[in-house]
Amino acid sequence: MSGIIKSSIARKVSMGLSALFLLIFLLQHLIVNFSSVLSAEMFNEFSHFMGTNPLVQFVLQPILIFGVVFHFVMGFILEIRNNRARDVKYVQYKGSANSSWMSRNMIYSGIVILAFLGLHFYDFWFPEIGYKYIHFLPEDPNRYYGELVEKFHDPIRVILYCLAFVFLALHLLHGFSSSFQSVGFNNKYSPAVHKTGKVYAILIPLGFVFIALFHYFNSL
Amino acid sequence: MNLTLKIWRQKNADAKGGMETYKVENISPDSSFLEMLDILNDQLINEGKEPVAFDHDCREGICGMCSLQINGQPHGPGRGITTCQLHMRKFRDGDTIYIEPFRAKAFPVIKDLVVDRTSFDRIQHAGGYISVNTSGNTQDANAIPIEKHNADKAFDAATCIGCGACVAACKNASAMLFTSAKVSQFALLPQGRVEATERVLNMVKQMDLEGFGNCSNTGACELECPKGISLENIARMNREYLKASVK
Ligand code: HEM
Ligand code: SF4
Ligand code: FES
Repeated sequence: MSGIIKSSIARKVSMGLSALFLLIFLLQHLIVNFSSVLSAEMFNEFSHFMGTNPLVQFVLQPILIFGVVFHFVMGFILEIRNNRARDVKYVQYKGSANSSWMSRNMIYSGIVILAFLGLHFYDFWFPEIGYKYIHFLPEDPNRYYGELVEKFHDPIRVILYCLAFVFLALHLLHGFSSSFQSVGFNNKYSPAVHKTGKVYAILIPLGFVFIALFHYFNSL
Repeated sequence: MNLTLKIWRQKNADAKGGMETYKVENISPDSSFLEMLDILNDQLINEGKEPVAFDHDCREGICGMCSLQINGQPHGPGRGITTCQLHMRKFRDGDTIYIEPFRAKAFPVIKDLVVDRTSFDRIQHAGGYISVNTSGNTQDANAIPIEKHNADKAFDAATCIGCGACVAACKNASAMLFTSAKVSQFALLPQGRVEATERVLNMVKQMDLEGFGNCSNTGACELECPKGISLENIARMNREYLKASVK
């Protein structure tokens, strides 16, 4: 870890790798969650598998937690170091003349996502861990859909979720193609990566927004 | 043209500086930005005041000496130009123009608008060269065939004039564009491959030691670079660095 913190390029590449990993996770997460819109049985089946499969629970889940924690901790480290690299600020700095708002504010879109993750863990992950590994309640393969739908009765929660997804979109509008550049991928395919990135950054958060709204309006 | 100038004044490296306001009148739209500053300095000298210190040398866009953050952008408005190539017709009569030194911890202010860019020289010294036998039996470089595509890319990278606009533009004051250009101009040529491993490791190490920031891929450097050095070079430097690290 100290080696990664010492070299600017090691920091950059590791940030890019953790981000690419999160991009894959996010796609997977959307697919599983979207099944809840299609059918309760399918969602229960997916969730039961993910929730009880030892590979998912004890290998992939810890990797994911590490990936998320690494990503935001490195995000803060970079932010602090980058601030220090310009100790006297400009009186006039026209960032908009040469870069996008998203690219200059990754830390802020990231902090909103982090706050959302707090809420999201409180909603789903902590109860799940409590259910399985603290209270050792008997597994009911059909409990998941009900637990999900119940959460989206609350309009405040739905609004907070949707707001967070807007910031996720902003984060990814720059982040997707940026992570490729970070790991050294810049070649004739890069224009295609850029376009895919824009589509991904809009469609994935939109998918999550749709799921949240779907369950809210379904519960009315 | 009549203009109001807000200029950063600082007596020396240790002094606390600040913005000062000046007025210049009857500036020709055809004069260059540096000529406009010359006129201001004549005016100040005639008034018995200290002229504004600023860097310049060739005044034709090839030396990289002129700097200046003008209205929040390195080398002012316009793409692909240095400050000496900027003309007053880019501004409007009555404008207020902010003129500041390039800002980075690794570019400390020496006086007024003059900054110390020797950190770039130290990055160069750390590996931005090839070792050649100069005893008289040096091999003709043209004897080694080089693929046109690579020769072109190496040449593009080599057009970097070390001006520092990339650092000045970057929100993180990162020197990755400059360093990557200096790595790439050799990495792409067979003559450069011999010392490629140590070159990239040493140059990046020096870049970090100087206190430049990290790269967030905002792309500001590429757009503000007077020579249009591409972000491709940063990706290449990252690959070179990874390759060198596992060797
Ligand atoms: C599922 C959640 C997230 C995803 C999918 C995601 C994705 C990404 C991607 C793709 C990048 C570009 C990486 C690169 O340029 O190499 C990135 C950068 C960044 N992320 Fe995230 N991110 C997430 C959560 C967060 C959180 C919670 C934070 C908390 C602060 C954060 C902070 C940052 C920062 C500061 C950067 C910019 C790094 C730089 O300057 O190079 N991200 N993220
Ligand atoms: S990369 Fe461009 S902006 Fe940076 S020092 Fe070289 S010429 Fe100047
Ligand atoms: S003075 Fe030489 S590039 Fe401007």
